Amino acid sequence: MAASGAAVRGGGRAFLSLALGVSLLKCLLIPAYYSTDFEVHRNWLAITHSLPVSRWYYEATSEWTLDYPPFFAWFEYTLSHIAKVFDPEMLNIQNLNYASPRTVLFQRFSVIFTDVLFIYSVYECCKCIEGKKAGKELTEKPTFILSVLLLWNFGLLIVDHIHFQYNGFLFGLMLLSVARLFQKRHLEGAFLFAILLHFKHIYLYVAPAYGIYLLRSYCFTADKPDGSVTWSSFSFLRLIALGFIVCFVSALSLGPFIAMNQLPQVISRLFPFKRGLCHAYWAPNFWALYNALDKMLCIIGLKYNLLDPKKIAKASMTSGLVQQFQHVVLPSVTPLATLICTVIAMLPSIFCLWFKPQGPRGFLRCLIVCALSSFMFGWHVHEKAILLAILPMSLLSVGKPQDAAIYLLLTTTGHYSLFPLLFTAPEFPIKVLLMLLFTVYSFSSLKTLFRKEKLLNWMETIYLVGLGPLEICCELVFPFTPWKLKYPFIPLFLTSVYCAAGITYAWFRLSVSMLPGPAVSKAKLQ
Amino acid sequence: MFGDYEAQRHWQEITLNLPVQEWYFNSSDNNLQYWGLDYPPLTAYHSLLCAYVAEFINPDWVALHTSRGYESDHHKLFMRSTVFIADLMIYIPAVVLYCCYLKETSPRKKIANAFCILLYPGLLLIDYGHFQYNCVSLGLTLWGVLGLSYDWDILGSLAFCLALNYKQMELYHSLPFFCFLLGKCLKKDLKGKGLLLLIKLITTVVAAFALCWLPFFTQLEQTMQVLRRLFPVGRGLFEDKVANFWCSLNVLLKIKSLLSPHTQLMFSFALTFLSLLPACLKLTLQPSLRGFKYALVSCALSFFLFSFQVHEKSILLVSLPVCLILNEVPFMSIWFLLVSTFSMLPLLLKDQLALASVGTTLGFGVACASSFSIFENISEEELQLRSFSVYVRRHIPGFKVPAKMLKTWFLVSVTMMSLLTLTSITVEPPHKLPDLFPVLVCLVSCLHFLLFLIYFNVIILWDHRNGRSQKKIN
Repeated sequence: MAASGAAVRGGGRAFLSLALGVSLLKCLLIPAYYSTDFEVHRNWLAITHSLPVSRWYYEATSEWTLDYPPFFAWFEYTLSHIAKVFDPEMLNIQNLNYASPRTVLFQRFSVIFTDVLFIYSVYECCKCIEGKKAGKELTEKPTFILSVLLLWNFGLLIVDHIHFQYNGFLFGLMLLSVARLFQKRHLEGAFLFAILLHFKHIYLYVAPAYGIYLLRSYCFTADKPDGSVTWSSFSFLRLIALGFIVCFVSALSLGPFIAMNQLPQVISRLFPFKRGLCHAYWAPNFWALYNALDKMLCIIGLKYNLLDPKKIAKASMTSGLVQQFQHVVLPSVTPLATLICTVIAMLPSIFCLWFKPQGPRGFLRCLIVCALSSFMFGWHVHEKAILLAILPMSLLSVGKPQDAAIYLLLTTTGHYSLFPLLFTAPEFPIKVLLMLLFTVYSFSSLKTLFRKEKLLNWMETIYLVGLGPLEICCELVFPFTPWKLKYPFIPLFLTSVYCAAGITYAWFRLSVSMLPGPAVSKAKLQ
Repeated sequence: MFGDYEAQRHWQEITLNLPVQEWYFNSSDNNLQYWGLDYPPLTAYHSLLCAYVAEFINPDWVALHTSRGYESDHHKLFMRSTVFIADLMIYIPAVVLYCCYLKETSPRKKIANAFCILLYPGLLLIDYGHFQYNCVSLGLTLWGVLGLSYDWDILGSLAFCLALNYKQMELYHSLPFFCFLLGKCLKKDLKGKGLLLLIKLITTVVAAFALCWLPFFTQLEQTMQVLRRLFPVGRGLFEDKVANFWCSLNVLLKIKSLLSPHTQLMFSFALTFLSLLPACLKLTLQPSLRGFKYALVSCALSFFLFSFQVHEKSILLVSLPVCLILNEVPFMSIWFLLVSTFSMLPLLLKDQLALASVGTTLGFGVACASSFSIFENISEEELQLRSFSVYVRRHIPGFKVPAKMLKTWFLVSVTMMSLLTLTSITVEPPHKLPDLFPVLVCLVSCLHFLLFLIYFNVIILWDHRNGRSQKKIN
């Protein structure tokens, strides 16, 4: 008892040191480059502070209009009251691109402080996972490795604390709801997820997983011995409870706007389908490969005079702006087509979740597959959305060696695909060194945890090692070549396509791992 | 008004575009008033190397005359990278090797030790924030210490000579090296092997200096001019506010105006010499690796407190040896390292590094608190004061080192430093006393340093363990 008590205390101390350490690192990143997202949030502080609620979703002085659900707007409203103390000028809507030192300090600190929720949720997740029983050494325990992989996650660090966003506490809500589902506190988990949806609607990507899991494993209270549905055990009470939670949260969030007849406006702000298929920097998903193929076929067609040059539009999809574009050779893609593709990609996992539920772990796997499928086939996907798959995947990675292998592939490729977000010279060493630190740690810790198994085969290793020369080519060699002026988009294009290959492969392997094969009996023992 | 960053860039410009004979001389192309070279030749050679790379990337960065004050994102990245590469090649491997070969520590403790040494805020902030190349000279000194600990005396002294030829401030460390090596030679009996070793060492030192100063030995005037640039004796006892004995004394007693410059020099020389004499004598008569490391600390600290023309950055020369004894007296070493970073606060605030210094200091504190269980084992044994208290108990029975009180004093000290830091950052000083906060910082730091000087000297002088049992402990 004494030994385990000491171990718990030691683990708690280590967790605290990790949390403090990463928070201090975040403080050191305060003077770093911030993107236009900084101005976006400053503008929202101004809008929610200076205008009445009825004007929030109509205000358009700045180009960065409010396009997150109402809870986030209320969050900005709360922050704006603290912002008053730091620098009241930032709350003036007319002060476009206002960025005094105090404004920067306030905004950065607000991200760092709200990360407390993320730290708490990581703590809860560490309590839930029962990874492989490792040795006595603290740094080899699955809980320690998981806390490092989550707290010091490279992608979250650079997106939140350099590029500037508020993903920390949002992922905290998501991981907390996952932890609650692991702890069989289903109603709390549903409640947290409902709140999360009304903070940032991108989490709709994973809503099917929640919906099906709660319906199947919570509303049906018992299972037949072979795992299939016992229709008679359906509990209407539980269904009503879930429905009540969802309706209550939605009412709190959208109620005021429905009352003011502003619902269509809010919806149009939240889902702007006028934007193009691909976001500015080409998220490495299936459509990046599709566009690349189209471009190459176009070039080949022009070269061999199979196409008429006059018919091809001048505007290039690869120039990095957010535009609509028609494909030249391959059929054009509409939002409906992407939706159908996404649903088809998710279906196998959803079916498995319904017909062969494997408890909370199966749910987590399905969640990750949904997130990754939406990333692969979604309309106007940001490359930052890869974090939606990477962070929950960390929970699985300390469990089984196959999951660890997929995690390493997905995370390394996904993190590398975030590099184009930080294109300034001073941030170059920061991103390279932080990425190396995280990658080296994730590889060495997971390899130590799964000592007896080989994680990656030679092909996958070569692919990952290839990221190094790719980075050197794109950022060190390319700027000195004459092609820089003629084809400025080539580094982004190469990064996108190379990472898309890796992520597609990871998505495929993950979907396959969802299917129950001959290992059904083993899965039941989990 | 530019700082060390522009100075280093200017030295690259000078060394690249002018012939060697003109580097240290005032001329129409080389205005010594504008950041003239005042470090020994190895720094100049290093600048020349960096200048070649800079010219390859973008000649505008080092063009003669026209590149003054040049600042761009890419140039900053280049300059910062030169510091990082120097660090990676010299300082970091030395630290890692030093910790690898620490005796009687588990691998986990070795890694934690290396991690804490590398996280020392003072060096990080000065090298990467203020911009300097201390990592090169300190790294070379550390290689020297490594060489001496494995009885590779020739290589060790070669490394230290290179360090000396990089920055003349390394003279603070020269006496312990000299005394330790002399003691080794004496122990090996000056008539036989000892004499051979002595001759080999002298040859190494002379050869190293000759090699570095070769272009400047062609004319006596060249050598004299370089020496004049390295040791500006005309500049007085101290400049600006530094956590030095003289500066602190000056607050109460205006010695700068009371005594003539010549007398000031004599006083400083005498006090420095007197304060480091006991440790050096002990080291010569009983050379041991442990004594050597502690002597490095106490001699450098004596020089810092009592020498003339000391800059606040020179505290780094004391911090490096303290990092080396981190595993022996963790509590006192960490306390010292925190105070040393705090003593440079006025300089860091001038460089707008307030957030960085607070962040790195707290990070260092967190790392040390989780690596060394410093608050639990503060006892006489842990403080290495056992032999001292035994000696005192012979004369004053019932004497006990107030180890329990130390925890309280530490907390008081940290609170005082935190409060001073906070007020320096947030509050404006009163009009009549514009230098109030820097002076307070210096006074507090100086008090701490004087107490640390006494503590380290006590450890050295009452270190009763002789050579044989030392091999077991070290």
